[in-house]
This record gives sequence, C-alpha cells and structure tokens, in this order.
Amino acid sequence: MIRLEKRPTPSRTWVAVTPVLAVLLTMIAGGLMFWALGKNPFEAIRTIFWDPLFNEQFAAYSRPQLLVKAGPLILIAIGLSLGFRAGIWNIGAEGQYIMGAIAGAAVGLYFYPEPGWHIFPLMVAAGLVGGMLWGLIPGLLKVWFGTNEILVSLLLVYVAESLLAAMAIGKMKNPDGGGFPGSRNFAKYEASANPELIAGTGMHLGVVTAFIAVIAAYVLLQRHMLGYNIRLTGQAPRAARFSGVSPAALVLICMGASGALAGMAGLFEVTGPGGQISIDFASGYGFTAVIVALLGRLNPIGILLAGLLLALTYIGGELAQFMLSLPKASIQAFQGMLLFFLLALDLLSNYRIRLARREVAR
Amino acid sequence: MMRKTLLATAALGLGLAFGGTASAQALDKAKACFIYVGPKNDGGWSQYHHEAVEKMQAHYGDKVEVQYQESVPEGADAERVMSQMALSGCNIIFATSFGFMDATNNVAGKFPNVKFEHATGYKREHANVSTYNARFYEGRAVTATIGGLMTKSNKLGYIGSYPIPEVIMGINAVYLAAKKVNPEVELSVVWAFSWFDPAKEADAAKALIDQGVDVIFSHTDSTAPLIEAQKAGNVTGFGQAADMPEFGPYPRVSSIIDDWAPYYIERVGAVLEGKWEQSDRWDGIASGEVKIGEFSSAVPDDVKAKAQEVMDGIVAGTLHPFTGPLNKQDGTQFLKEGETISDADLAGMMFYVEGIKGDIPK
Repeated sequence: MIRLEKRPTPSRTWVAVTPVLAVLLTMIAGGLMFWALGKNPFEAIRTIFWDPLFNEQFAAYSRPQLLVKAGPLILIAIGLSLGFRAGIWNIGAEGQYIMGAIAGAAVGLYFYPEPGWHIFPLMVAAGLVGGMLWGLIPGLLKVWFGTNEILVSLLLVYVAESLLAAMAIGKMKNPDGGGFPGSRNFAKYEASANPELIAGTGMHLGVVTAFIAVIAAYVLLQRHMLGYNIRLTGQAPRAARFSGVSPAALVLICMGASGALAGMAGLFEVTGPGGQISIDFASGYGFTAVIVALLGRLNPIGILLAGLLLALTYIGGELAQFMLSLPKASIQAFQGMLLFFLLALDLLSNYRIRLARREVAR
Repeated sequence: MMRKTLLATAALGLGLAFGGTASAQALDKAKACFIYVGPKNDGGWSQYHHEAVEKMQAHYGDKVEVQYQESVPEGADAERVMSQMALSGCNIIFATSFGFMDATNNVAGKFPNVKFEHATGYKREHANVSTYNARFYEGRAVTATIGGLMTKSNKLGYIGSYPIPEVIMGINAVYLAAKKVNPEVELSVVWAFSWFDPAKEADAAKALIDQGVDVIFSHTDSTAPLIEAQKAGNVTGFGQAADMPEFGPYPRVSSIIDDWAPYYIERVGAVLEGKWEQSDRWDGIASGEVKIGEFSSAVPDDVKAKAQEVMDGIVAGTLHPFTGPLNKQDGTQFLKEGETISDADLAGMMFYVEGIKGDIPK
C-alpha cells in the first residue's frame, strides 16, 4: 500500500528535480498526443523546444522573440508573486496592464508630435501610476469593506477591456487613420518609442525592467523587513499580526505594487512590440502571468525561468502549428500538460511516498 | 537597422535556397502561407478562407505547399508568426483579417522578396503588399430585401463586430435595401467588439430578440446568432461569410458566402509564373467572389422573386445598393438623385445613413 507522509520541510532535491521531470513527462505525454494526431512526435517536440533556440533558419529571429514574449510575463508575475505569498490574490493583472498602457499612451499622445527625452520617462511614470491605481481599487475595497479582491480585480479586467475599446475607437483614435480603430503607432514616433536597446536582441526597456524586478524582488524577500512580513503573513497570518504587521497596509502595498508592475508592462508593450492602443491590444499577458507566478513557485528566480519556459512553448508552439499543421488546441493542451505535471509533481516535494504493508493488529 | 538587414539577408539566403529571388522569375514550386484570426473550423469567416485554401491546394497539387496558422491574435503575435513564416521559406503570405494590417506591412518591409496579401485592409506601404476584399454589401442588399419583406415586427437587428467602414457600409446597405421594400423597418445595431466570440455574439442576438427584433443580420464569424434565432423559433437569420446550411430551411433562409478560391488560385498562380504584382482587388457578386446561398423553402415565392431581381440588377450593373438620393444620418445630403457612391467614399464610410437610429461607438 502506498502512503503519503508529509515532509516537515519541502525536499530540496525534489524542488530542484521536479521542473525537469515535469518537462520530460510533458514531452512524453505530449508526444503521445501528437502521435495520436498522426504527426511524428519527435519532430513535434523538437520544433517546440529546440527549433526556436537552435534552428539555423529561425533561431536568429526566435531567440530575441523569446525575451519579447517573456519580458511582460515576468514583470507582471513578479508583482503578483508578492501578493500571492501573503495570501492576497490579485487576479486582475490583465486590467492593470491595460490601464497602464492607456495612461502611458495618453501622456504620449498629449505630447505628440513634440520631440523630447522627457516624454518617454513621463509615459513610464503614467503607466506605473495607471496600473497601480487600478490595482488599488480592489485593495481599498478589501480594506474598507472587506470585499473579495479576487472577484473585484477580475471584474475590473472587463471594465478595463471596455475602456480600451472605447479609447481605440474614440478619444485615442488615430486622426490620420481613415476612421479605423487604433491609436497612432508609438513605436514609430521617436519620443515615445521603446525600441530594442541593442538591435537584434529583443532587449527592450521592458525586458530590462523585468530583470531588475527579479533582482529587486529577490533582495526584498530575502533581506528586507517588508519581504519578511509578506512571507510571514502568508505562512502564519496570526503570528504576523501579533508581530505588528498591519494586514491593511500589506494589502495596499501588494495590490499597488503588482498593479504598478503590470501597468509598466503594458506601457512597455504599447510603446514597443504592440505599437498602438487597439481593441485587441491585451493579448492575455495578465492572465498568463498568473500561471507564470505559480509555475515559478512565487520565487523570483523560478518566475524568471517559468516566464522563459512558457514563452518558449508559445513561440515553439506557433512554429509547430504552421510547420507541422498541428491544431492550435493541441498546443494549448500541451501547455496545459506542462502546468499539470509541474503542479502534480509538487506533491513529491511536500510529501514522502512510503511503500508499507498494512499494519496488522497483533 | 541591423536587425532588418539581418532578416533581409536571411530572407535572401532562403530565397536562393528555395529557387530564385527575382520576383519576375517563375517558380517550379511555391509555398503559400495563411494566417487566420479564428479557428479554421469556425463555421464562418476563417473556415471559408481555409476551404478556399484547400481548393487552391487541390488546383495546384504538388506545385504548391500550403502552411497555415489559426487563431492568430491581432498585434505583436501576428507579426512574429508572419516573420517566422517568411523565414521558413513562404513565397506568399495571406493575412486574412483586418487587424493584421500593420503587422503585415511591418513584416513585408523586412522581407522584400516575399509577397504579402492582406484581406480587407487599405495599407500597402511596400511594393510587395497587396490588399483584397469582397463587396459584401452587395450580398447584404439581397439578404436585406428578403429580411425586409419577411419581418412581421418591422424590427431588424444587426450584430456588428467593430465600427470600421467595412462593417458600417454593411449596416447601411441592409437598412437601405430593407427600407426600399418595406418603409416601416427599423434597424437596431449591437456591437460585439470581436470577430469571433460565440458567447458575445449569442448575447447580442438575445438582446436584439428581447427588443422584438425578428430578423437578424450579423457581421461576425460564428454561427451563434443563428443558434439563438433557432432557439427563439420565429426569428429569421442568414448565413454570414459561409452558407451555414445546417440552420436551414429556417431560421437560415439564405446566406452571403465568401468565395476566395478564385482569388487564391490566381494570386498563387501569379507567384508561380513570376508575374505577381501589387494590386487592390475588390470584387462582388458579378465575378463570383460574393455568392448568395440558396433561398430556402421558408421564403415565399414573391420574396424570392424580389431578391432575385435585386441580385440580377447588381450583376448586370443596373442597380447599385448605394444610389442617391441619399442623406447622412444628420440629414445632410450625401448623394444626389441618381448618383452612385464612389469606391473611395464607400471604403471610408464612417456614418449611418438617414433613418438608422443610434450612434456609431466613439
């Protein structure tokens, strides 16, 4: 008979091994699925994991794209992880991402077509504030009225999406766009553009900010009192309260900080790879970042790796779709398997498996 | 920029490997690539593109290799997918949704030796970008004749996707044609802000039916509006972008079918022969790009005759759905007696005609 025995502390070996094991299991299960779909499983797996990084034909383009795709995911996920650690669940990063983009875009359009080095920093600040304020709404409502931040932050995503559509076809519509929805292209207007810092690397300011956020979060959680309070609140809320941590302040800090990072991610996206405020500007980064945060076990380094891994499955998945005519749903199922195996194998870090005979009463 | 040069060099190298870079050179084999905004089996817009692609493939057999990707988000993702397609050696890439416009032009600038075809757009920033569209409004004049005569409540409903000229001209065409045969009709418009979102489309249809609407037109991609019409029992609908015969003979009484196959065969053929040139195609019923689905048995004979008359007039060129006298919604004169609209005015149409209530979202 198999018994599960809770480990006093998670096994360090298993914590390190499970992600690799999960990827291997995903490859096997996914390979079987691709095989059942009538495709060569080895070719499919190679196209997803290998070709974006090393195929001569694509890699020069795909590798930088990995950073472009992972950057916003990591930046948002870092912010979310702070709250998640303290048991504060901001599920509405998508809305904060949108509001950051809108607020920053408003500043950019206000100055258009003026040149000036000060415009972009102002846009970044506006993006940060826009996202932060949108994140603080569920935070304040929770503190004042005890509302559930999961629901409120999630519902505010739909409000933000409607505002985005209203902006794209109304106030922010490009006056030179022939009546079609969508703002001016920020990437094509020097003062508001967020181009690659070194051409051909995919490194734009948003990616740099994401890396800085990883380091900052690491230092915060390991070395700073606030980080300690966040961790303590997550693990032992009562103990945290006795030690003088104000739950209300923590809610506001976490919601505000995660909103601010999501808002900045939106701003860097709208001025860079996205280019313009359009109805479909938000492509689910805010929701995918929730997965990235959990996949990275709320650990900054883990989030960095999880963001890159998820970006790889997106880009490799796109390649596999058109190179091998795989249906999009199979790629989504494949990504789902990865998540499933990672979370399922968590069991091994937290529990010991005992094979034992049933105890017999003597 | 360095990245551009890098990509162009890569494209050049690929071009050589795949046989010839000069655009005027004939090819033995061509690779044609397509991106769809929805799933290839959406039952509407994307599916009919895909079916046309299959017809094109069957027409050329081994001479043409086809690759496609479904459900591509409009924006930065589309740009990456098309770049990867170009890198994989596609000779011609078809972007089959309006929202791919900027992405198509951006990628086309980086790959001067690959041909790009953008459906329903108007930007041709590089010599290797063509646009193509169909005169759906001609089909709407026919179906609206049926709807205008079959309505009992005199309330017609229209599910719009995005407030862009393409959609607005369809709304105006429906109203004008229905009004011509039934001066009592009123038209309500609901916006889904999506091309493909069955849930939103269904909600829009329900809202219209609740208002007493008994004929529904749609400019979205799924079959959801017809499903709602079927549930209601006494609501007439039409296949949109696809025949949708599974909803016949009622609620689907006819349909507007897009037939892209002749265009795809022609354009891919031009690439094979090395004769591809930039163009801006806009064909309608007469040339077979827009087809009208069979009038079902639920349509009374006199209504059928009237609809046929409209269709014959359009094919013969004696009837233009936008013929004066015609006023804008605010009462200002737009077309004088007997005057027909110019293609330029049609392509930029951002106003309702007189008699339609409500505002275009701003």
